[in-house]
Amino acid sequence: MNPKLARFGISLLLGIGVAAAAPPRLSPPDDLFKAGTLSPVMPAPEIALSGTDGKPFSMARFRGKVVLLAFGFSNCGEVCPITLATLAGARKKLGAAAGDVQVVYVTVDPERDDAAQMRKFLGSFDPTFIGGVGTRPQIDSAQKSYGISSSKIVHADGSYSIGHSSSIYLIDRTGRLAAVMPYGHPVDDFVHDLKILLRG
Amino acid sequence: MSRPFRITLLLPLVALLCALAWAGFTPIHVASREKLFEIPRGTYARRMAGDKVEILPAKIRLTLGIEDILLLRNLDEVPQVFGPTIMMPGQSFRLPFERAASYQFVCSAHASGQMTIEVEDEPVMPWERIRWRVREWREKKAG
Repeated sequence: MNPKLARFGISLLLGIGVAAAAPPRLSPPDDLFKAGTLSPVMPAPEIALSGTDGKPFSMARFRGKVVLLAFGFSNCGEVCPITLATLAGARKKLGAAAGDVQVVYVTVDPERDDAAQMRKFLGSFDPTFIGGVGTRPQIDSAQKSYGISSSKIVHADGSYSIGHSSSIYLIDRTGRLAAVMPYGHPVDDFVHDLKILLRG
Repeated sequence: MSRPFRITLLLPLVALLCALAWAGFTPIHVASREKLFEIPRGTYARRMAGDKVEILPAKIRLTLGIEDILLLRNLDEVPQVFGPTIMMPGQSFRLPFERAASYQFVCSAHASGQMTIEVEDEPVMPWERIRWRVREWREKKAG
């Protein structure tokens, strides 16, 4: 082989080797949310409903606690039970700190979900969960504030289910909408983000 | 075959091999892991006027470990719903992804009202990196 060509080839390979030896990629810092974050952070829209605990349901009422807010309905067969089980799991994993976390769940099905029905449904996951119920106009107003969409799906037998937005809103102790967790995140992601909010 | 002719033939081949080796073996680095999209001012007004122009692509592709954070900015005068949240005028929404999958979101900035985000695994094999770089280059070229 031509020695000049060989030297050229070796130099090129060395150059590629140097270029390829880039520093390892760093993991994201631990204080970054797993959820989506809004910037600038704004106050969580107010909701005026009735609580399943017999008290008025408003976001102002929960100031001082970190709030996990979601929308759903008690006849939901999949999304809501998974969401609520995940939130219950996150509270359990937080231990004593869970006392500073309030899960609130607003119905998108006011025709079927009264306070008693929602209380029974939520209580099967965690007795501390509080539901928000109200009239159709009140629920529509709450949904609009958070950009929640829902649509009725009528089945052949006349029964219906409801397709709805399934994100979970993370509200800090001062009532600001800090983050939004899309549906499907595991318990550990909630625990991670709740720890950040509880520290703050 | 004469020597100059051999070199003329060999050099482009060596250059191509070197380019492929670089594209395949060098880890991909980008300036930011955020992929930014902006909803421009007047989007809602245009839509209300019957303009069906698409502001954002119907499908956004993200790659874990490289560009795996979606950053949306609402520069419009009205709130916009993007999938999991509502963005007030002037607000940004930063959404990180950690799992490769196809995500369907409601998006009011789209005429269809829907948006798909394809999140793919980080390319680690040489041919995956080459394919990723070629695709990025073609997308940038297409504007």
